[in-house]
Parts: sequence; structure tokens; C-alpha cells
Amino acid sequence: MNKTQNNKAWFLVLPVLVVVAFSAVLPLMTVVNYALNDTFGNNQFFWVGLEWFEEMVTSSRLHDALGRQILFSAIILAIEVPLGIYIALNMPKSGFWASFCLVLMSLPLLIPFNVVGTIWQIFGRVDIGLLGHTLAALGIDYNYTNDPFDAWMTVIVMDVWHWTSLVALLAYAGLQSIPQAYYQAAKIDQASRWAVFRYIELPKMQGVLLIAILLRFMDSFMIYTEPFVVTGGGPGNATTFLSIDLVKMAIGQFDLGPAAAFSLMYFLVILLVSWVFFTVMTNLDRQEQK
Amino acid sequence: MAQITLKNLAHSYSPNPSKDADFALKEMDHVWQDGGAYALLGSSGCGKTTLLNIISGLLRPSQGRVLFGDRDVTDAATSERNIAQVFQFPVVYDTMTVRDNLAFPLRNRGMDPKYIADRVQAIAQMIGMEATLNRKAQGLTADAKQKISLGRGMVREDVNAILFDEPLTVIDPHMKWELRTQLKKLHRDFGHTMIYVTHDQTEALTFADKVVVMYDGRVVQMGTPEELFETPQHTFVGYFIGSPGMNLLFAQIDGNTAHVQGQAVALGASYAPLAGRTQIGIRPEYTRLTAGEGLPVSIKRVEDVGRHRLIRAEVLGQPLSIVAPEGQEIGADLTHVAFAPEKINVYADEWRVQGEAAR
Repeated sequence: MNKTQNNKAWFLVLPVLVVVAFSAVLPLMTVVNYALNDTFGNNQFFWVGLEWFEEMVTSSRLHDALGRQILFSAIILAIEVPLGIYIALNMPKSGFWASFCLVLMSLPLLIPFNVVGTIWQIFGRVDIGLLGHTLAALGIDYNYTNDPFDAWMTVIVMDVWHWTSLVALLAYAGLQSIPQAYYQAAKIDQASRWAVFRYIELPKMQGVLLIAILLRFMDSFMIYTEPFVVTGGGPGNATTFLSIDLVKMAIGQFDLGPAAAFSLMYFLVILLVSWVFFTVMTNLDRQEQK
Repeated sequence: MAQITLKNLAHSYSPNPSKDADFALKEMDHVWQDGGAYALLGSSGCGKTTLLNIISGLLRPSQGRVLFGDRDVTDAATSERNIAQVFQFPVVYDTMTVRDNLAFPLRNRGMDPKYIADRVQAIAQMIGMEATLNRKAQGLTADAKQKISLGRGMVREDVNAILFDEPLTVIDPHMKWELRTQLKKLHRDFGHTMIYVTHDQTEALTFADKVVVMYDGRVVQMGTPEELFETPQHTFVGYFIGSPGMNLLFAQIDGNTAHVQGQAVALGASYAPLAGRTQIGIRPEYTRLTAGEGLPVSIKRVEDVGRHRLIRAEVLGQPLSIVAPEGQEIGADLTHVAFAPEKINVYADEWRVQGEAAR
């Protein structure tokens, strides 16, 4: 049978291509341009090759920021994923309270990032903030503006407050899709609560959890607004994560070359980690089906 | 193992049942003898699964008690009842191998690993899955998964009862027969109480010693296949058991004679005056075409079903099925139908009436 070949449909994709080109590809190319040149303004560029990249790869400042970033992402993933699953397991399955919980859980997700930052910035203040004041009244020496540990705690608790809902909602959706018969069979087989979780709930949630972990990793690895509003990266450089450092470098110090090289590597790292992560998880899935 | 007693049991899915129709299961008293092989037969939605779930404890009845032996288990959790149940659609633990699936109920009870290995091997042989024991259960075909579910149901030797909820729906016909035979063998070997829910009468009649027929949330009759065939206690049983079902003709009963539209039919017993809607029921197997004896009949259609022929006819405006032996010529002279009097059952408002033996 002869199929009519008609490639006109490609033209329908053209508008999207144009938009993406102008919104993403071209700006990225200017970043590439900055990364390979030195400039003193006036649109004068001097070719420096990979010099900025070499400088950045060996920069201890970037290493420190990367270390803090990895630690931050690891901590919030270690808290938000189990906590999100735990919340999802304990949410009502139907009725008024199910809807109520869903709305309540969605609220933090709907608040603009800088507002979240502002909320916690005020909440944690020792003089007027409910949290800071209460802790101080309890005799706990808490001050996120000059104690690095307190600053970390504040930023982590804020992120957990902001984003655990996402994991919980995704896990909840996964749980809701499990047919009742599985729970009945488990009861008949005298399975413990843990066995039900391990052999029924977790496998069925695997798909959505993969997405949740990927989203939370990418978002946390790129986090900027909230810690910037609360701590501004301080005290010192204690909470200066990659994005904050990048902005300091690019806009604060106007080191456009190193910052451009930095951001390209940053982008590639996120791409790489996400790709590795995704490949590993989908391979696991495939092996299971064998 | 224990005798299972249902006392005043009833169940409704609505929180405040007020009328009879609110109950999925009407009030009943029923005893399942220890070691019996029962089939629970009835059309879809008659409450079979509800009854099963109450016995296994997945559902708490709205009223009444469930007793295992002398022990009241109405409020006991499923896991305390030590009961096995196989569902209509396969439930397997996807991430486990077939072996682990079969071993799961035993491991949950903390059995000895050596015993578990032997037992799993035996069950795998029974369901014909020895070759796939080390495969992940995910990705197997539906009937393989259902065989695993069956295997999981049979793996524990000390269960109080094994409940099957239409377990062979997704299995292909050849394997169905094979598995049913295996279940019977299992019953003979271990003597578990087995309750087998089905809406397929062949399945019910071949599997069970005792068949329990349910209709509209009630147990309408429990008996041997023969009793169900010869003396259905309810018109539903007559209609549901047998292929085709029992013929029912509206008739007035007067002593040992029934009058169908004024035509007399002799009965095998004598009946006291009956109130309500009265019908006579006669199996197609106990009718025969005649040249003049009996009621006038008009033949609509003759179906050859192999061992015999099935005649769809009409007698005095009411439909009637007749089973004619293979060799019989069905000629134009056969204008009447005669019934074997002792095989006629009499029903008043759908329930069978016991006649007094004719003197």
C-alpha cells in the first residue's frame, strides 16, 4: 500500500520552534558567547577560549557552593520524600476531609516563591517573628542572621514546608490508583502493615515517586528566591547555593565571563544528573518486567 | 478447621437500611459444615461476594454473628480468621517472583523456610508453574496471574476455609477443567471447607457436594445437585439449574389436579387449597410429545444439541421447552405434550409447596 507522504505538518511546529529559539536557544547562545570571550563593555569582545571554564573548574568558591548545594538537595530529598509518602498514606481516602486535605496541601504550592521567603524571613525573626520569638522565649539561642546552623535549619524547614505537599499529592494520586482487591488479598495473606507498604503501595507508587524525586531534585538544585529573601546567602557564605553565588558573580561583581562559564556548567550538571537519574530508574523498571 | 455458622446474618451497604430492598443480604441462618465442598450459585448481584467477604472478615455484617466452631469471629480481623480467599480477578505482588508470591502467606505466618520451600514446590506443581517460579510476577498473562492467586489461596494447609470468588473467570476452558479437578483433589486430600462462588452451574455441580443457590440476597436452597434438579424449592432454582431451566406454567391447583387454562393436568401428589400465584414446574426432560395425550402444543423451533433435541414450543399461550430423545421423529401428528405426574412441582408465590402423597 502506498502511503501518501506529506510533510506539511512540520510547518505547524514552526511557530513553537521560533518561540523556543527566541526564548531559550538565542539567550543561551549569548551566554556561550560571554563564556568564551572577555568584554570590557561597549560590545567589545576578546576571545579567551576555555580560560573562564578552567578558572571556574578550579575555583574553590564554586566547589564550596556546589558542596553546599549537594548537601541541601540531599537533605531536603531525604526529608520530603519519606514525609510526603507518610502524609499521603495517612490522608483520608474519600469524603469531605479528603477534599479538605487536598486543598490544604495545595496551599503552600500556590504561594509565590518570594512571598514564601518573606513569610519565613519574618516568621523566624527573634524580635517580631512568631517562630523566632517563641524559640527565644523557650531559652533557645536561635538567630538565623548570624548562626550558620540556624540559617540552614530555617532554609531547610522552609523548603520542607513549601514542597513536601508536592511529593504528598503525587504519592496520594499513586495510592488512590491501587485497586481495593490488593488490600483485601493482603489481609487474606495476613500481611503486616509494612509488607503492604513494601509490596503493594511502594511498587504502585514507583512511577509518580520517580517524577516527584526528579522534580524536587531539579528545583532544589536550582533554588534561589527563598533562601535569597531569608538569608541573602549568609551568614557569610553559609547558605550561598549555586544560583545565589551565580547571581552574586554575574550581577554583583559583574564578572560576566566566569559567570557565563559557571552557568553553562551548572546547566550541564543538572541535565546530566537528571538524565542519569531518569535512565537508572527506567532501567530498574524494565528489569522488573523481565 | 471449623464449622462456619451464620446467625441472623444480614448486610446492607447503606448506613440506615429501612426497607427490605436496602439489604444486599437478607436475614439468614446458615451452617457450612466443616470439610464440606460447597458451591455458591446465583446470578450476578445476588449477594454472593458480599456473603464471602463477610465470612472472610473483609466486611462486617450490619447484623448477626459469624461463628467459626464455637468462637464468635464477627469482630475479628481477617488476619485472625486464618482464611484463604481467591478473587475473581488476579491479584499478584508485581515486584515479587512467582516463588515469593506463593510463599508470601506462609512467610507472613513465620513458617520454617524448609517447609515453605517444599510447600511452594508442591503448589507450583499443582498449578503447573514450576518452570516460571523464578520469574517476576509482573508481565505474566492474566491466567498465569490467576493461577498464582489460586496457588496463594491453597498454600496454607491449616486454614479454616478456602473461599473462591469466581476464580476461573479469566482462565481458558481447558485449564479451567484441569484446575477444577485439582481443587477437588485438594479437597479430598486435605478436607478444607471450601466455598466456591460461581454463576456457572456446570462449574458448581461438578465441584461441590452441596450447592447453595442464592437469589436476591437470600439463600433459596441448599442441596445436592440431584435435589436441586428434582425438587427446586424456589422457581429461581428451577429456572437457574438445568439447561434449559424448568418450565413454569400458571395453573389452578385443586387436590391432585392442576388446571392450566381449564385443561386438567394430573399431579403426583395432593395439595391443600393454595393462595397466591400458583404455578406448576416441570423439567423439559420429563415432558414428551404425544399424538393426543396431554395438553395441546404448538412447536415453534427444534434445536439439535447433540445428545438430544430441544423443542421450543407454546402450550396454551405459555412458552414450554421439551427435550426429545435423539431418534424420535418429530412429525405433524405430535400435537400434544404430556408430563410425568410425579415429576411435577407446585409453586405458590415462587416457593415450592410440599404435596401429600397421593393415596
